[in-house]
Amino acid sequence: MTRPALPSAILIVQLLAGTAFAEAPLRGGTVTAAVAANFTAAAREIAAAFEDATGDGALLSFGSTGQLYAQILQGAPFEVFLAADEARPELAEREGLAVPGSRRTYAVGRLVLFSTEAGRIAGPGALRDPGLRRIALANPALAPYGRAALETARALGMEDIVRDRQVIGANVSQAHQFVRTGNAELGFLALSQVVRSADGSRWLVPEHLHAPIRQQAVLLEAGRDNPAAARFLDFLGSATARAILRRHGYRTEQPAPGRRGGP
Amino acid sequence: MNAETLWPPIRLTLELAGVTTVFLLLLGTPIAWWLARTRFRFKEAVAALVALPLVLPPTVLGFYLLIALGPDGPGGFVARLFGERSLAFSFPGLVIGSIIYSLPFTVQPIRSAFEAVGDRPLEAAATLQASPWDAFWTVAVPLARPGLIAGAVLGFAHTVGEFGVILMIGGNIPGATRVLSIAIYDHVELMEWGTAHLLSGSLLAFSFVVVALTLSLQKKMGGRDR
Repeated sequence: MTRPALPSAILIVQLLAGTAFAEAPLRGGTVTAAVAANFTAAAREIAAAFEDATGDGALLSFGSTGQLYAQILQGAPFEVFLAADEARPELAEREGLAVPGSRRTYAVGRLVLFSTEAGRIAGPGALRDPGLRRIALANPALAPYGRAALETARALGMEDIVRDRQVIGANVSQAHQFVRTGNAELGFLALSQVVRSADGSRWLVPEHLHAPIRQQAVLLEAGRDNPAAARFLDFLGSATARAILRRHGYRTEQPAPGRRGGP
Repeated sequence: MNAETLWPPIRLTLELAGVTTVFLLLLGTPIAWWLARTRFRFKEAVAALVALPLVLPPTVLGFYLLIALGPDGPGGFVARLFGERSLAFSFPGLVIGSIIYSLPFTVQPIRSAFEAVGDRPLEAAATLQASPWDAFWTVAVPLARPGLIAGAVLGFAHTVGEFGVILMIGGNIPGATRVLSIAIYDHVELMEWGTAHLLSGSLLAFSFVVVALTLSLQKKMGGRDR
């Protein structure tokens, strides 16, 4: 579940520790990043690698892309925004909240149909099981993985089946909870959520069944003059970061549109 | 922004709060009576158990409920009797969650009211040959009425204001679990702030009326004591 309290807690910590940060730039700078919740595990690993590689620190705040955007709109001092979609970074750019031309796709998400029961899913036919009661998905109106799930159902001609049985999580993490607690038998989840567990059964949804889940990052106005923020964005395209991304179930785009990609 | 999208979550919220309040009174009144009258040594431990939802974050309740209502919990057992898999994502599931979550808000004022009644009116009723059952209905309940009303109003209002638990066990199903607070959350996330303002403003006004009403009831109760 996303917790709006977290970013503000970090803000308070920052305020209290403001002088400490100001006095300790010996190693490098610090970047404050707002990160979409589905990217939490990968972002932590990338931040650690970033600190090792550059000596800069990265402070990560997690939330749903919509919540984070609302906070940025209200003046939250995030310097970098790693969203779960393209829409909000684009909007941030249009609204003058982001530095023009800094937007890039840092990861492409993969959708997976998942069940905790081994052998339950062999393919999309699992959706037609007459005994199926509940399918968990993220809110299609809010979350890119939810939208992709709905598009997939439509492409398979199973929109009605899904609509009648869907339970909607506020985000894809909650859809995952519904499946893990057994309350829903199936769930359309992010591959990144289940890539590390060998249990259950799954069907990796072919990418042609839905619009690509492009997760975009953007440099926010608050980070315009912070070289560490630019370094963090560039690091997302590095070979190190891309290897971490792939290990977490994301695809990388070659090369990022409009920019020369990392190695 | 139109009535067709605004109304269903409001109606569902009122239904949920109404049904929950009925159960809260049926369940909360005997508990409050017992807590007010018993000399049981560990009664405050029971009272603490009832009061726990006051301090527990909704995430804790929601997490346990998600498991308890699911196929491996007692909720799943009940659900199977009706050919379902889980009580989560259903109206009955929300009622169960709301009863637990709002119980202290109903029990506390009723208990205080019963305690304020004291022994004397009940002893007087007993000397007039009233059975304890009679005395309860003809003496204790009328005297404690402001407390009962306050308990009902607070239980109702607290259920209307419930968010975290429902977010975790609801599944956001229109007409079944998409209550007002969840609808507001969605509207904010979707940047539909006009609708969010309308619903939030209404809830603000509603809550103010409820709190004001409760305070005036409590004042009435306190005034009678003196």
